[in-house]
Formats: sequence, C-alpha cells, structure tokens
Amino acid sequence: MTTDFWFACIGAVLIAMALFTFIRHTHLLRRILAFNIMGSGVFLILVGLAQHQRQTDPVPQALVLTGIVVAVAATALALIIFRRFYQLSGRTELDEDQQ
Amino acid sequence: MNLIPLLLVIPLAWALLSLLLPRLPLGLLALAGIVLQLGTAAMLWNDVQIHGASRYAIGDWVAPLGITLVADGLTVTLLAMTALIAVVCAFYAIFYLRAYEKERRYFWPLFWFLLAALNGIWLAGDLFNLYVGLELVTLAAVGMVTLSGERHALAAGLRYLYAALLGSLAYLLGVALLYGAYGTLDLGQLSSLLEANLITQLALALMTFGLLMKTAVFPLHSWLPPAHGGALAPVSAILSALVVKSSFYILARIWMDAGNALMPVSAAQLLGALGALAIIWGGWQAFRQSEIKMLVAYSTVAQLGYLMLLFPLAIGQSQQSAILAWQGTMLHLLSHGFAKAAMFLAVGTLVLAVGKKRVVDMAGISAKMPLALFAFGLASVSLMGLPPSGGFNAKWLLMQSAIQSGQWHWVAVLLAGSLITASYVFRVFSVSFQKDADPQIRPTHPALDLSALLLAAIAIALGFGAAIPVELLTLPEEML
Repeated sequence: MTTDFWFACIGAVLIAMALFTFIRHTHLLRRILAFNIMGSGVFLILVGLAQHQRQTDPVPQALVLTGIVVAVAATALALIIFRRFYQLSGRTELDEDQQ
Repeated sequence: MNLIPLLLVIPLAWALLSLLLPRLPLGLLALAGIVLQLGTAAMLWNDVQIHGASRYAIGDWVAPLGITLVADGLTVTLLAMTALIAVVCAFYAIFYLRAYEKERRYFWPLFWFLLAALNGIWLAGDLFNLYVGLELVTLAAVGMVTLSGERHALAAGLRYLYAALLGSLAYLLGVALLYGAYGTLDLGQLSSLLEANLITQLALALMTFGLLMKTAVFPLHSWLPPAHGGALAPVSAILSALVVKSSFYILARIWMDAGNALMPVSAAQLLGALGALAIIWGGWQAFRQSEIKMLVAYSTVAQLGYLMLLFPLAIGQSQQSAILAWQGTMLHLLSHGFAKAAMFLAVGTLVLAVGKKRVVDMAGISAKMPLALFAFGLASVSLMGLPPSGGFNAKWLLMQSAIQSGQWHWVAVLLAGSLITASYVFRVFSVSFQKDADPQIRPTHPALDLSALLLAAIAIALGFGAAIPVELLTLPEEML
C-alpha cells in the first residue's frame, strides 16, 4: 500500500460518487458539477496508478494537464448552452419525453 | 516534404481565419481550403499505396512525450472520405445557408474545427491523442447542433454533450488503467504488450462502453436522433456521415489490435447482438417517425448496427472470415457515409422547398423536385444494400464472412435489416409519388440537388470500384 495507490483508490471513490449523481439527478448544473468531479477522479487515477513502480513519470502529468484543458472547455460549453436553454425555457432539466 | 501535418495545419488555419475574419467570403474560402485538403489527402493516399504506412513525429518530439501521427491504408481512405464528403457539404452549405444569416457566422469556424479534429483522430497513433480528438470532435459537433440557438436545438445539444462527456470519461478511465499497467499508450506497442488479466479487460470494457456511447449504439442511442434530426441539413450530413464513425473507428482499432487475444468471444457476440437490436429497433423507429429528418436520423441508428457485426464475425473466428468482416465493415462505413450524407442533403432540400417537416407534407413532391428525390432514391439503394452499390458490396462481404464462420444467425440479421430499411424508405416514396397532391414549393438553388446527387452517385459507384479502397483495408496487424 503506497501513497500512489491511495490516490487511485480515492479517485475511484470520487468517480463512483459523481457517477451516482450524474445518473440520479436531472438538474443540468448538478450534472455539470458531477462531470467535473468524475474528471478529477480519473485524473487522480491517471497520476496515481502510473507512478507506483517507477520514478516520477512526466507523461501522466502532461496527459492530466491536457485533460484539464479539455474538461474546462467542455464545462464552459455546457454552461453557456445551459444558460441559454434556461433563458429560453425557464427549465433546469431536459424534458425526458422529448425524444 | 511530409504531407501528414498539412492535414491538420490546413483545417486549423482555416478555422482561425474564418473565426477572426468573418467578413471574408467564408464559403468560397472554405471551398478553396477543402479542395487543398482533398488534394493533400489524395497525394498521401498515393504515397501510402506506393511506399506503405508512414509515421510523423510532431516537432521531432518522439513518443511518449511527443505526438506521433500514423498514416496507413485505412487512415488515408478515411481521410479521403472525410475530405470528399466535406467538400460537397461545404458546396451545399454555401447555398443552403443563404437562408440562415445568423447561423452562417459560426458554421464555418466550427466546420473547420470539426474537420481538424476528425483528421486528428484518423491520424492518431496513441490512445491519448485519440481521446483529445474525440473531445474536440464532440465540442465542435455540439456547437454545430446548437447553431440555431432555438430551444429544441439547445436541448438536443445538451443531451448530446452530456452523453458524450460521460462516454469520454469512461474511455479516459480505461486509458488511465492501461497506462498504469503497461506504461505506454502507443497503439502498436500496446498490442504486443497486453496480457489477458482483469485490469486489462476492465480497461477495455470501460473504453468500449465509452465508445459505444459516443457511437450511439443501441441502447445508448437516444441522444442521436434529436441531435442529428434537428440540426441544419449540412450539419446533419456531416454528423451522421463522419462524426459517429470516428468513435467507431477507435473501437474497431482497439478490438482488432487487442481484442482478439484478450476479450472473450462472448463479449464480441454481445456487441454483435447490440448491433442486431440497433438494426431492428432503429429501423422500426425510423418507420414510425412523422418528421422526415427524424426518419433519416433513426436510419443512422439502424445502420450503425451493421458496423457492430464486425466483432462477432472477426473475433475468435478464422483469419479468412475476419478479413472479410473487416473489409465489409469498412466498406459499409464508407458507403453509409456517402449515402447518408446524400440522404440528409436531399431531405434538407425537400424540407427547405416545402417549408414543412413531416413525411406527409412531401405528398406529390416527385413532380416538383425530381432531382432531390432521385438523389434520395440512389442513397436508399445503397442503404438497402441493393446491387449495384457500395452498400450491396459491403453486405455481401459481411454475409460471406458470416457463412464462412458458420454463423447463420448474422445472415438472418443482415437480410432482415435490408427489409426493414426498404419499408421505411418506401414510406417516403409512397407519399411523394401521390398524383392528386399539389404541394406549394419555394424554388431552391440547383446546386443543392447537384450536391446530394454527387454524394449518392459516389455511394453507388462504390459498387463498381469497391476494390480500390478494399485493397488498402487489410487488417491493421499486417499494416503496422
């Protein structure tokens, strides 16, 4: 049991919690938050698991940096579409019967 | 001079140009750019045919820290398909978007970002760049779905974005587990390193789930019809023809590289079963839709099901059956791309002319819009798999593979799929050939009909020239 392994374990717990929220709740803002927490969990696993048998490995750090940029962009897009949707419809969730 | 980076530089440069200088004639500029890209893809195709696969390290930084791009037979075929469909869609969009002044401002930058991301996926040589490509494709595609800024488009875009984000995190988690276990993300290296243990299988299962979500395979398809059916016609065409194929391409690459030795045959059969359900459910839903664009969108759900038949026909079967399945699937990917793009463009023209969206509103349209309906008909021939067409050759190869491996139930699925396709396509024809109806139509530019016809003609031509792409599409192990 090394510290790095603990990172991965905590990442897994974060993912499980966020996944539960993502599926359970329909509030669109809540799901954006859940997506971000899930992302943090994945990044913890990526950095944690990758270092358990080697010295500090730069590759996962670079990957996580890229991942964070992608997550920020996706969050920004989700927020702006959600805001416009809320302005037009006054709703904070999607109509499930719409499909 | 190496051509590979040009295929990323051209779309990115054009994207920035159209974003920063919106007053330029963006449509014509786009046409010039895409012809340049088509030429580059053709030269690269020729290069690969003569010299074989090539690699390129961006900025001379080698993997694992740098980014390596790989161009092999499959890659160049997909690059050429992307450029060819994009050039026709761009030509169509120039005339179609005259009616959409506001949307035009952002259509062109998003169009170019989407092309850059797609080319990035086709060329990526490692799992992480595939992830970045997937995300960029999603962001650009969602932006294009929500172009009109109307409530239903925003809802469809949000539904699409949430499904895609969940899918990409599942994929990234799989990538993280693989890197933790093997310390490399290079596809070529991984395929020789991977061992059949729990963590590898968990990682592959997570990646498969994420990619199935992004490919909209039944039962994870519910985001696709509102997104593809509600978007502008050229957007729908690009989304259905190219975007959903990009995640399938990654799925196929991973399974053909690693799945054969690592994944149980039952998992491959399960993927095939999902495909069969998609063919039946998507076809049935297409038959039931009242809006014509939704009909075409559900048809995409059904046609994506055929792609999934690759797995049961190739995993754990004989080499010969696997090669036939691989060629058939990739030919289906190509011909569905052309046929579905043609269909969305033709239907977009019909809706634009009639001004209404439902199938019944198309009553009597055959006399007024013969060319658009003819393009729809040619595309349908390929979707149904009637000879001579790319769709027929693809289904023929898949069927041969199923017979070779003695899996007769997939033959039944293929035949049933063609019948269901025929039923919803003929629903459109039976309405449009009604003689007593006299629909009021607005005149549309002939270029719109011409673009749809051109794409449909390519789908049909793949029935005669199928050997050209198929030669390049040998199994990935033999190429690298």
